[in-house]
Amino acid sequence: MLDQPVSKSKCQLPLTVTGLAFSAGGARLIDGLDLVLTDHDTTVVMGPNGAGKSLLVRLLHGLIEPQSGSIAWNGEPCGPATRQRQAMVFQKPVLLRRSVAANVDFVLKLKGGSNRERLNRLLAQANLLDKAAQPARALSGGEQQRLALARALASDPEVLFLDEPTASLDPTSTQLIETVIAEASARGVKVILVTHDAGQARRLANEMVFIHNGAVVEHSSADTFFKQPASKAARDYLAGKLVI
Amino acid sequence: MQDFAEAFRLAFGLVAAMDDDLVEIIGLSMRVSLTAVLIAAVVGLPLGALLATVRFTGRAAAVVIVNALMGLPPVVVGLLVYMALSNAGPLGFLQFLYTPAAMIIAQSILITPIVAALTRQIIEQMNAEYAEQFASLSVPWHTRVAALITDARYALLTVLLAGFGRAVAEVGAVIIVGGNIAHLTRVMTTAIALETSKGDLALALALGIVLLAIALAVNGAVMSLRAGAESRAHA
Ligand SMILES: Nc1ncnc2c1ncn2[C@@H]1O[C@H](COP(=O)(O)OP(=O)(O)OP(=O)(O)O)[C@@H](O)[C@H]1O
Ligand SMILES: [Mg+2]
Repeated sequence: MLDQPVSKSKCQLPLTVTGLAFSAGGARLIDGLDLVLTDHDTTVVMGPNGAGKSLLVRLLHGLIEPQSGSIAWNGEPCGPATRQRQAMVFQKPVLLRRSVAANVDFVLKLKGGSNRERLNRLLAQANLLDKAAQPARALSGGEQQRLALARALASDPEVLFLDEPTASLDPTSTQLIETVIAEASARGVKVILVTHDAGQARRLANEMVFIHNGAVVEHSSADTFFKQPASKAARDYLAGKLVI
Repeated sequence: MQDFAEAFRLAFGLVAAMDDDLVEIIGLSMRVSLTAVLIAAVVGLPLGALLATVRFTGRAAAVVIVNALMGLPPVVVGLLVYMALSNAGPLGFLQFLYTPAAMIIAQSILITPIVAALTRQIIEQMNAEYAEQFASLSVPWHTRVAALITDARYALLTVLLAGFGRAVAEVGAVIIVGGNIAHLTRVMTTAIALETSKGDLALALALGIVLLAIALAVNGAVMSLRAGAESRAHA
């Protein structure tokens, strides 16, 4: 049995970002970024290292405050209330010093829905059922990522941020994670995925957002983006050239 | 004065025979210091967790004070507790002076700052690591603190053991507020001080041997806890 579908009526879309700016250490890291997301299907964010992708998803999730500009989820300003209905898998997941099962159960309890059946289903989906009793921190990198994803889904999010969830994972783990993401997306979860893997972007993305120097330089359908990228930065990035 | 080797022989004899006086003194020592650790845990763990997780004005000053109190001289604590509990003092009505209760109070005051300060350090470090994940999950404050204490349980247990080690080995405070009364407030350290001054080195040595054994056992427990935690990837 699958989790309940997310109803589109209570969805947090559209996301409206205007004039977003975030500076640290004297540098403007997010620099007047505008973005509107209306599409319920998966949005993939790409861009060179240091472009500001991780910062952007942190800002959208309300983990850090911008110096200026605004973020609204279906008209509601980004903050604790909007964050409560979202989940995030970080680029470097932080697992609790507990068993694999306890990591997922922690979130299930938090959201008031702890039950064995749901826990086992989430673990099975991440192919971690046989490791349920093991300490989470003893898992391999790929297993940790799978656990982080299972834990994020345990909170039943309407929006799921994934920051390079398959970097340094083997093809099997990557495929497993992509399957879980696709299933969540099919249930109506809005997925915002950061990746450097063009193949993965093609497989999962409905639309693409390309970030360069803290701003959106391209926002288009995946088809358009991969067939004829409009910006030089995206063309160079996809061709494996240095993006200046 | 007895011969040195003879003193050791008698001492080991007392330990081996489980001499009644010896057992009574050790029992009281353990009861007093373990109770003090319990009180220090009940007060110090939440206090340390509070200092580690809540931002409030004066927090930096509070941290400095708690850290400084870790070095409280036992005799000063003894003096202050004596003054509070003496008939003229604000807590004189309790009639605690020269009872084990007074000794428990003194040792609790001595080790609570140790427990609180080390707890703060441990929890603060872990909180920095967990903070963003907890923020993402919208974990409420009380759940956050409970989770941090749970996940730091091995490190915190070693803190409590360190507190116990300090309490059980301390002499300055308990001798002032307990008075080293035979069969009532005589503990290992005060008995050693008294017997040595009387020249009964055998009993003093026997107690010293037990005290050393306890210190070794506590350290051994700390080390195996740490090793166990690491092997279970909890560290
Ligand atoms: N708190 C901070 N203080 C100062 N600089 C920061 C801070 N956080 C991020 N940066 C800088 O902001 C830039 C963007 O960082 P970000 O992590 O968003 O990059 P990214 O696009 O996710 O890159 P990658 O593909 O390598 O993950 C980097 O140059 C980084 O050094
Ligand atoms: Mg990043």
